[in-house]
Amino acid sequence: MMYTEKVIEHFRNPRNMGKLEGYSAVGKVGNIVCGDVMWLYIKVEEDAEGREVISDISWETFGCTAAIATSSMVSELAKGKTLPEAIAITNQDVASELGGLPPVKMHCSALAADALNEAIYEYLKGHGREIPPVLKRRHERLEAEMKKLEERYRAFLEEAGS
Amino acid sequence: MDPDPIYLDNSATTPLAGEVIASMEPYFSDEYGNASSLHRFGRRAHAAIEEARASLAETIGVEPSEIVFTSGATEADNLAIKGLAFAHPEKRHIVTSRIEHHAVLHACRWLEERGYEVTYLDVDRAGRVEPEAVKEAIRDDTLLVSIMAGNNEIGTIEPIGEIGEICKERGVPFHTDAGQAYGKVDIPAGSVDLLSVSAHKLNGPKGVGFLYVRKGIRLSPLLSGGGHERGLRSGTENVPGIVGLAAAARLAFSERETVVPRLRGFRERLIEGVMRIPGVRLNGDRKESLPHIVNFSFAGIEGESLVMRLDERGIAASTGSACSSPNLEPSHVLVAIRVPLSMAHGSLRISTGRQTTEEEVDRFLEVIPSVVEELRAISPFKVEG
Ligand SMILES: Cc1ncc(COP(=O)(O)O)c(C=O)c1O
Ligand code: FES
Repeated sequence: MMYTEKVIEHFRNPRNMGKLEGYSAVGKVGNIVCGDVMWLYIKVEEDAEGREVISDISWETFGCTAAIATSSMVSELAKGKTLPEAIAITNQDVASELGGLPPVKMHCSALAADALNEAIYEYLKGHGREIPPVLKRRHERLEAEMKKLEERYRAFLEEAGS
Repeated sequence: MDPDPIYLDNSATTPLAGEVIASMEPYFSDEYGNASSLHRFGRRAHAAIEEARASLAETIGVEPSEIVFTSGATEADNLAIKGLAFAHPEKRHIVTSRIEHHAVLHACRWLEERGYEVTYLDVDRAGRVEPEAVKEAIRDDTLLVSIMAGNNEIGTIEPIGEIGEICKERGVPFHTDAGQAYGKVDIPAGSVDLLSVSAHKLNGPKGVGFLYVRKGIRLSPLLSGGGHERGLRSGTENVPGIVGLAAAARLAFSERETVVPRLRGFRERLIEGVMRIPGVRLNGDRKESLPHIVNFSFAGIEGESLVMRLDERGIAASTGSACSSPNLEPSHVLVAIRVPLSMAHGSLRISTGRQTTEEEVDRFLEVIPSVVEELRAISPFKVEG
């Protein structure tokens, strides 16, 4: 398995990791492909021109080297972006910013892009706002996957008491 | 990276021992003969192979004519299973376990796809096959029972002697994959009809091994050709490899009484040290285990990133996590011993070797808590301390 230097570098020094104090919304996603889980926290504030931007972002990830590197990368890409800009970030963007990922690891980058979308979905929903259909469709798929994963990790979640 | 990397992945492969390299060297240079040739070059190569065969036979107390050289344990397993199947087409059933090496499992599956029936025996939570279950699984049309001597992922030792006796009573050939166990624990070769060994798990070279085939067991060859190895394995013999395999085996058996207790001591030390970390489980059996393999699971973290983080700290180990496997499924061995999927995700296999030092073990024990802590800090699953 060959990871690029960039992947290794982000894995070694992950940016924006941990839980965000005073976050506006959190996107919780899991991937049934291998069982990775990522929680992405965003803080949304208005900028000088009154646009909503992701002023701060952080994440917690249970996954492989690629999952950690893509979490780190998506947080860098989304930070400071307006919501429409952030929604437009794809897993391809994340992967290519990292200099590419092994084919078997592309689903890890999908998780990162999904987590960002989900956080924005939660934010819009929490503020009683209209939700773009792309986000909605994605949300439904993600919710179903997360249910399956919670099933899988139930024993663990109980064991670990979290 | 640390100046001196620490290699704790000896069940993947081992470094060549100096004695082994020295034994092989002449066969890479002056002694280049083909063992089938009539002239002196050929005769010397032939003599080297026969000497190797005799000394390997001695290690398990069998006849030299019962040793067939192969390209390793994978080929030995395939020759045992498919070779027996091709020679006895009327027998259509195989008994094996869920925790075998893929060389055995996939050879069985290959036959299954061609109409064979395979019974995959369950194991207990330590990974042990119940001999009674073997007895119950045997049928009139059972071709073979294949149960490994010691597991390559979790180290569990199987009751080969008992299983062999059951097979003997029922007149069913018994194969054991001793890829990890050979040279480490006693193998009752008297209870076994077919036994696979690999050199590179033994501080020998890669790409060579042997299959012990008890006299009277009839196999069809997998390779057709010039009729080498009594027609069971055609192809010009890998003379340096075979010489190296024998040298590695001689070394392993001669120092077994000092090396094995040392590795056992390391294993205990590793278990004691690692189990102090919260949210850890030992996969496998604490006592009935190969001396060199120990497998843990860490709650809340994923094995591939654990292995990569350890690599950055200069420590080489391996994992059975889903993310590290090409098909993104967790290790079949961990699943078979009913490790919860979340814990299988965070598995780590440490395997020591004759060159491992106490300082290296202690260095690992120093590093592991902080690596686990780092990864847990970025995981959404929090583990209570
Ligand atoms: C138990 C067992 N069987 C078979 C093999 C395959 O051996 P080889 O690499 O010589 O084909 C290995 C090592 O990967 C093993 O550990
Ligand atoms: S998190 Fe499982 S493969 Fe990346």
